[in-house]
Amino acid sequence: MSEATATRPARGSSRAGTTPAARPRRSWLRPLLAVAVLVVLLLVPFYVEEFWLRTGFAVFGAVVGAIGLNLLVGTTGQLSLAHAFFLAVGAISYVFVSGESGGIGVAQLSGLGLPPIVGMVVGVLLAGLAGLLFSPIAARLRGIYLGVASLSLVFIGQHVLNSWTSVTGGFNGRSAPDFSLFGFTFANRDPLLFIAGVEFREAERLWYLGLALAAAAYWFARNLLRSRPGRALQTLRDSEVAASVMGVNVQRYKGRVFLVSSMYAGLSGVMYALSIGSVAPESFGLEVSIQYLAMIVLGGLGSVGGAALGALFVSALPLVFQRYADAVPFVSGVGEGGLAAGEAARFLYGAAIVLVILFQPAGLAGLGQRFRRRGRDPGGGRPAPTTPPPPSSSTTADPSDPPAQGSTS
Amino acid sequence: MTQFLSLLLNGISLGALYALIALGFVIIFKASEVVSFTHGSLLLLGAYSIARLSEPLGFLPAILVGILITALAAFVIERLVINRLRGAPVISLAIVTIGIDIILLTELIRRIGSDILNVPHPWGSGSVRLGDVGISQNRLIATGVAGLLIIAFFLAFKYSSWGVAMRASAEDGETAALMGIRLGRVSALAWIVAGVLAAVAALFLVGAPTPGVSAAAYTVALRAFPAAILGGLDSTGGALVGGLLIGLAESFAAGYQDQLLFLGRGFGDVVPYVVMIAVLLVRPSGLFGTKELTRV
Repeated sequence: MSEATATRPARGSSRAGTTPAARPRRSWLRPLLAVAVLVVLLLVPFYVEEFWLRTGFAVFGAVVGAIGLNLLVGTTGQLSLAHAFFLAVGAISYVFVSGESGGIGVAQLSGLGLPPIVGMVVGVLLAGLAGLLFSPIAARLRGIYLGVASLSLVFIGQHVLNSWTSVTGGFNGRSAPDFSLFGFTFANRDPLLFIAGVEFREAERLWYLGLALAAAAYWFARNLLRSRPGRALQTLRDSEVAASVMGVNVQRYKGRVFLVSSMYAGLSGVMYALSIGSVAPESFGLEVSIQYLAMIVLGGLGSVGGAALGALFVSALPLVFQRYADAVPFVSGVGEGGLAAGEAARFLYGAAIVLVILFQPAGLAGLGQRFRRRGRDPGGGRPAPTTPPPPSSSTTADPSDPPAQGSTS
Repeated sequence: MTQFLSLLLNGISLGALYALIALGFVIIFKASEVVSFTHGSLLLLGAYSIARLSEPLGFLPAILVGILITALAAFVIERLVINRLRGAPVISLAIVTIGIDIILLTELIRRIGSDILNVPHPWGSGSVRLGDVGISQNRLIATGVAGLLIIAFFLAFKYSSWGVAMRASAEDGETAALMGIRLGRVSALAWIVAGVLAAVAALFLVGAPTPGVSAAAYTVALRAFPAAILGGLDSTGGALVGGLLIGLAESFAAGYQDQLLFLGRGFGDVVPYVVMIAVLLVRPSGLFGTKELTRV
């Protein structure tokens, strides 16, 4: 994080800065690696049992959400704790638009019964709209004020969604319809499908759906970061004044990045709904926002690949702990006196956040870079110097020296 | 009218407690530039310690030990983590406190489970009537204690050498350090004071009319964040005003729930956040916060 701060502003939005000096030497390695990973991911459903595929789909959903939050927090430096709310908007829009009307118990649910793909698109758009509505506030607030203000979105949002029972099902929630695309259903049958002797059931189909969506999200974010808007966002993080001097419209970019980030969250919410099979407003509390924050911090703020790795770590950990409760030390099943799986996972990533910020501010992504650099220059392998950007508190300008450019306005 | 007065009184008492928590929040921010998300779990730690210790130790010693434990926890957090990150970006600092909060909160909730621990306040759960207006004894005492603490705090902040050192380092850390003020010590003291304030607030927050110590106390503590923010993060007076404002808003929203039903049930719980958003829309740095000016 801090290393990026030192180098990026100089490059600004110039095209020349996009190619690091050592690029040609390893240009073949990266695509090769990417292709290898992709091939492995494509082959997984043929060999792996259902539990892992389901976990995989949940992880893909988290990857999408984490990449979105990372654009906002990591790249642009806008601390947001509202991610859970945008996830909720996406998930609930999906079940509302694609779900059927009907009553469950006492609650009367309404639904539009449109095709699931419409529900997914509407979910993403509505989450984006929610982000856009919040962005006037977001653009006015700076730094930590935004962090706490966005906290309120989670609580207010949860209250609204809980009260709006006809759409959300209230505390009980409502079930999510299976996804389908042009008559192909992502469920156990309809049509029955065998490929290479492996029956493609819901888990296998969802795996590919998740993979496709996550890959698209990853690719889009990578390209965004390498384009002019991406550079503008990074400049914005490093110094709003410098950014506006260089012709970046600070307010507008802040608004847009909120839009993009919440659209990512919306998609992630839809995937969450598909993976769990039902949605209740209760499941989008503050701890979800914090989990996503944990993902991007562990992965390394500002790094798209890091966000994906962090998402894998944080979202798969409780599930894996739960399954292998016997094998993992200190962890036990419910009511056996040891740590429950969820608790163990929380301890672990809580500690991981603290340790990462203390010792490796660039996260998992930074760790990878460190190894790569060690190979090249003899003095390399040092951790990124922890010189922070000059604190934004050049606050109290003395009266004789009026601020030339207040980006708070 | 009676209802109005009663809600007003209850709002003030609740607001005084919020103000205590928010004050801790603000002095931590002033002393070490950290927005401490650990405050909710510190408060829960205080409440839990007092509840658990009051059986073996008796009530008064339990309070003292509980306050001590909370202050110690805050001190350890400052020494082990925050102090090492001096000068790091505000966002990293905030996130690191979130990490600590996760650990502390998970452990506390694991210990509390689904129980509601009872704190045996000697003043019980009775209520007092002042004319037509009723208020629980607990809240009345809370208002008094909080008032005294706040006065003591402001006096210390203005006249004691710690207060002067603290204000100096908040004004300009570098100059203060050059003048021989030990920033580390100031920051550690601020955390300790914040821990004490949180524990005292916890003592009263878990009394009547609240049933006792449960995981829900954490959510209550979170509502002090809006209080600190809307007063202005770096203004101690703002924390006071913010706390009272939030307390009143919450009390009135809960009291007039029937008239506010179109906003949904339990609107009182979210009204602090609504108020905060409304204030921040008009004044992005809170009511009394220093405006961030930018010099080129």
